[in-house]
Amino acid sequence: MSNRNFYLVLAVAVVLFALAPVLVAWAPYEATMGLVQKIFYFHVPAAMMMFVSAFVCGIGSALFLFKRSARADRLALAAAELVAVFGVVVLISGPLWARKAWGVWWVWDPRLTSTLVLWMIFLAYLLLRRYGGAGSEKLSAGVALFGMANVPFVYISVDFWRSQHPTTNVVMTLVPGMRGPFWWCVAAFVLLYVLVLTLRTRLEDQRAALEDLYLKLED
Amino acid sequence: MTTRKTVWGRMARVMVLAMALGLTAPLAVVAAQGTAASQPPAGQQQEFVPVSELPPAEQLPAAPLLIAAYAVAWIVLLGYVWSVWRRLGKVERELAEVARRIDASQRRS
Repeated sequence: MSNRNFYLVLAVAVVLFALAPVLVAWAPYEATMGLVQKIFYFHVPAAMMMFVSAFVCGIGSALFLFKRSARADRLALAAAELVAVFGVVVLISGPLWARKAWGVWWVWDPRLTSTLVLWMIFLAYLLLRRYGGAGSEKLSAGVALFGMANVPFVYISVDFWRSQHPTTNVVMTLVPGMRGPFWWCVAAFVLLYVLVLTLRTRLEDQRAALEDLYLKLED
Repeated sequence: MTTRKTVWGRMARVMVLAMALGLTAPLAVVAAQGTAASQPPAGQQQEFVPVSELPPAEQLPAAPLLIAAYAVAWIVLLGYVWSVWRRLGKVERELAEVARRIDASQRRS
């Protein structure tokens, strides 16, 4: 992404995030949960970005494993870090919502447990990359593929198993007053995701360039 | 002969006792269950209390939870962006420094 486009997307994302709380405040209250349901407008987009990032990491890792693309490996590493970051938002905002809606911070429900497992898989990926030593790229790429394969199970877990968590149907059946703020927040999170992924990938590119320069300096 | 009779008599008494226990045990369990079912378990709700009448310590307001969730999201995301920005700046400065050193060494040679 060129610098001009980067700053344009950044400006749009700032506007979207600045207006998001206003739209969320205007959205109607949900009948049974009331005010606390408004956590939904940040919780679900963060979960969506977590899933998207797991796919980006998995696809990047597949390209690295089968096409030996170093650039795809750097993209995968950046995306894995974003899975962990958006996962923190999901795994903290969810229990805050559950405390009021269900009366408990956490239950070992299929959706909650599988999301935690997904997050831990990508933490394992990052730990492997950080401390695995030489050759850990291939092993961590395998972990990323496993993590990506886990995403559909996390998504459908609420529809297949008995769960306290709302089903996937709630997003598609939102009333217009809730739909607008929700998709506004999704757009804000998508732009933020694109910006941060671009920045984080650039960081890995620069690290690779620096390593090349150090090798050149030694020669 | 007398000893054999005594042994058989004792065995018969033990068997009768065992059979009696075997027959009465299920009846005792059923009776115990009936008694337990007729008594409400400890902590079972006896009346409905409107939420407004709960003591303040037991009321759970939604606003602090909502504000905490949004604050966490903002802090985590902005903190991460700031961390990436800082790391990128550091690597770019180091890159420029190494490039300058390579240029200088090439000029010398």
